[in-house]
Amino acid sequence: MRFRTCTSPHLIPGHSVGGVMRQVLYALVPGTLAMTWFFGWGVLVNVSLAILFSVLFEALMVAARGRPVLATLGDSSAILAGWLFALAIPPLAPVWVLLIGTAFAIVVAKHLYGGLGYNPFNPAMVGYVVVLVSFPRELSLWPSPEGLTNASLSFLQTLQTTLTGRLPDGMEWDAITRASPLDMMRESIVSGQTVTEVTRSPLFGSFSQTEWEWAGNLFLLGGLWLLYRRVISWHIPVSMLLTLATVAGIFWVIDPDYFASPAFHVFSGAAIIGAFFIATDPVSAATTPTGRILFGAGIGLLIYVIRTWGGYPDAVAFAVLLMNMVAPTLDHYTRPRIFGHSRDGHG
Amino acid sequence: MQLHRFHGGLKLPDHKAESTVHPLLTMGVPKYLYVPLSQHIGAPTEPLVQPGDHVFKGQRISQAKDYICAHVHAPTSGRIKDIVDHPIPHPSCLSAPCIVIESDAHDQWGDTRLPAWPDWRERDARSLRERVRAAGIVGMGGAAFPTAAKLNPRAGKRIHTLVVNGAECEPYISCDDILMRTYPEAMLEGARIVAHILGAERVLFAVEDNKPEALRALTDARRAEEADFIRLVSIPSIYPTGGERQLIQVLTGREVPSTGLPADLGIVCQNTGTLKAIRDAVLHGRPLISRIVTVTGPGIREPRNVEALIGTTFADLVAAAGGYAPGVDRLVMGGPMMGFAIGDDAVPVIKGSNCLLATRVQDTPAPGPVMPCIRCGECTRVCPANLLPQQLYWFAKGKDFDSVQDYGLFDCIECGCCAHVCPSNIPLVQYYRFAKQEIWGREKERQKADLARERFEFRQLRQEREEREKAERLARKKAALARKDTDPDRKTAIDGAIERARAKKSAQSNEEAPPADRERADS
Repeated sequence: MRFRTCTSPHLIPGHSVGGVMRQVLYALVPGTLAMTWFFGWGVLVNVSLAILFSVLFEALMVAARGRPVLATLGDSSAILAGWLFALAIPPLAPVWVLLIGTAFAIVVAKHLYGGLGYNPFNPAMVGYVVVLVSFPRELSLWPSPEGLTNASLSFLQTLQTTLTGRLPDGMEWDAITRASPLDMMRESIVSGQTVTEVTRSPLFGSFSQTEWEWAGNLFLLGGLWLLYRRVISWHIPVSMLLTLATVAGIFWVIDPDYFASPAFHVFSGAAIIGAFFIATDPVSAATTPTGRILFGAGIGLLIYVIRTWGGYPDAVAFAVLLMNMVAPTLDHYTRPRIFGHSRDGHG
Repeated sequence: MQLHRFHGGLKLPDHKAESTVHPLLTMGVPKYLYVPLSQHIGAPTEPLVQPGDHVFKGQRISQAKDYICAHVHAPTSGRIKDIVDHPIPHPSCLSAPCIVIESDAHDQWGDTRLPAWPDWRERDARSLRERVRAAGIVGMGGAAFPTAAKLNPRAGKRIHTLVVNGAECEPYISCDDILMRTYPEAMLEGARIVAHILGAERVLFAVEDNKPEALRALTDARRAEEADFIRLVSIPSIYPTGGERQLIQVLTGREVPSTGLPADLGIVCQNTGTLKAIRDAVLHGRPLISRIVTVTGPGIREPRNVEALIGTTFADLVAAAGGYAPGVDRLVMGGPMMGFAIGDDAVPVIKGSNCLLATRVQDTPAPGPVMPCIRCGECTRVCPANLLPQQLYWFAKGKDFDSVQDYGLFDCIECGCCAHVCPSNIPLVQYYRFAKQEIWGREKERQKADLARERFEFRQLRQEREEREKAERLARKKAALARKDTDPDRKTAIDGAIERARAKKSAQSNEEAPPADRERADS
């Protein structure tokens, strides 16, 4: 009797790229719902539109490169990039911001470098940084929860705002937006207030503004689930948050009036989602265990430096992109000791 | 006993219960046996028989010519039908020379049997090793390295520990389990013999903790006073803990050096099946002519272990295990992690065939499309050699053979953990095998080129030397001549000779008539 032959292993494989990506998507759900709860329908509208655009760009690029479209879309990586990009964008941002950002993320950062597995930079962060430096006004309008509650933008009104770029009649941007905690801290300190005065504001919860804290907690929950499911390894999130907290702690101990607390830094802005969902993008991160620890630590350090002394209130995207550049070097110098070799790398 | 851990590895569903339900079945003698000339690592053997010859059971039919080689014996008595190319169990699905024996159904030993040595303790290591060699024994865990060579460590290496490998870490395989359950006495006797040959002070007999029956049988069979000498160790079931280097690390916490051997640590490792073969060869003078094969998998009706003669076809084995289940799709020799698919069940059992695994489409679906590597690092996490499989893959794919070696390609044991966890379905081990083959090929080419260059350079050197010597000879001659010219005695002698010659010539010309006259005078 004759049989087909096939290479080992002869077992059902345990993982697939699509499966890995989809688990990350599931883990994003709680945090995304929390953001929707606090910041309104705009979050969901952005996520849906960004995913739609990303998948369309992905399909176009894959077709243009002569690759199988459906099989490639099955890996869900474009959905993930679109989703992460959308979470970084203010909920009422106009639609062309989403379009330009996803175009840069998918077309330039991903496919012009060879598609999945070959991009040296995190696509979602490239898209975000492009729109952030190009359209600073649109990217700074974060709605405040109570402003939204008073004005109560319905789903259709939100969609209309996103598509036209104009608020419904009778509403003003100033009335429904306010500075994010990092913005607030930055401006207050520049204007001579102390950190304690800022955090004593009723807007603040335990460490940061309440809604950011809660969104952070739920992204943390998703991140811990990813760790538990072994979709990501602990190295990057732990080293990144630990470094951020340690560096912030050192300066905070030196001058608690001028430098915000470590907890404020960890629970504000994109630190949590960055640690578990963005810096852990395996393609553009370091791949050796030690390399990943250094990679995460570098991001944590850069976040603190840029937040404290740089020109932007938050810095996760810049820090990740800067560390993406050194990932291959980190991999080269942090090879693990091979079994049966001595420490210096020789048999 | 303090156990240790190796890096990575996998917890796999063991699937061993299926084939251990039934006791060991000893198969009858099939009509035809196909005995390959090469069943081991090393040089092939040279046949000692001709078609038409009659052979007895256990008679040596093919001879080892090399140190790393193993004799082949007739598994039964009968007539040599032919020596032809026949499919063999090899990943290439190619055929190789096999001695075809037509059984005479008598299964007679004749008088060729080696003498039994119940008094083996009185014999020295050298003669016992010679017996192992005469019996054609090879490592029966799958690698089939000639055992006599392994029992003879390099000079100056004192061996203190014999490690018996009863780990059997690959899913589905249970031949060692059944062997230990069925012949615990023989196992221990084999261990004593090998320890005697090596001069080892202790035996570490390692069995994975998913084989409690085997461990119990061995414990019952061990003599009370031997408890310190033969230590039975239950080790955690983590694939690939049965790899020689991994097992030694688990038991001793020490790493065999990358370019060295276990003997460098004073350890020799032997598989349980090999121990049984050594014991049979020494105690009963029986060469290696049969082995236990696990015939299992969802593609087999009644999975079980069978003791089969070397040369029995896989088709016969499957028939002994109730035949194929409907939907059978893939046939694998070895386990699911390191085994290779074979294209034809006409291939015979060889000394290293531990398992025959048959699966259906739903058990082993064709792998999905290969996706790009996303550097997720799962392979790094599971690699027992602590390599970076994703980097090796990049370099192997890019044919950067210097970098791939720099990243430890030759420390890869091809266990397949990386390929199993790869979410992108990349056949990683295939890439590593490819790179190894290419590097070996280039090394050979380079050696050939070096040899050719050396020859050429030597020839040039020789020609130059000859030229030079010739020139020197000439120069010497000239110098000698010049010296002669200035010698005063010689000069007078020469002048004298010239003078004489001249005088003689003038005398002649005076005497001689003109030529025309002389002619006339003659006629």
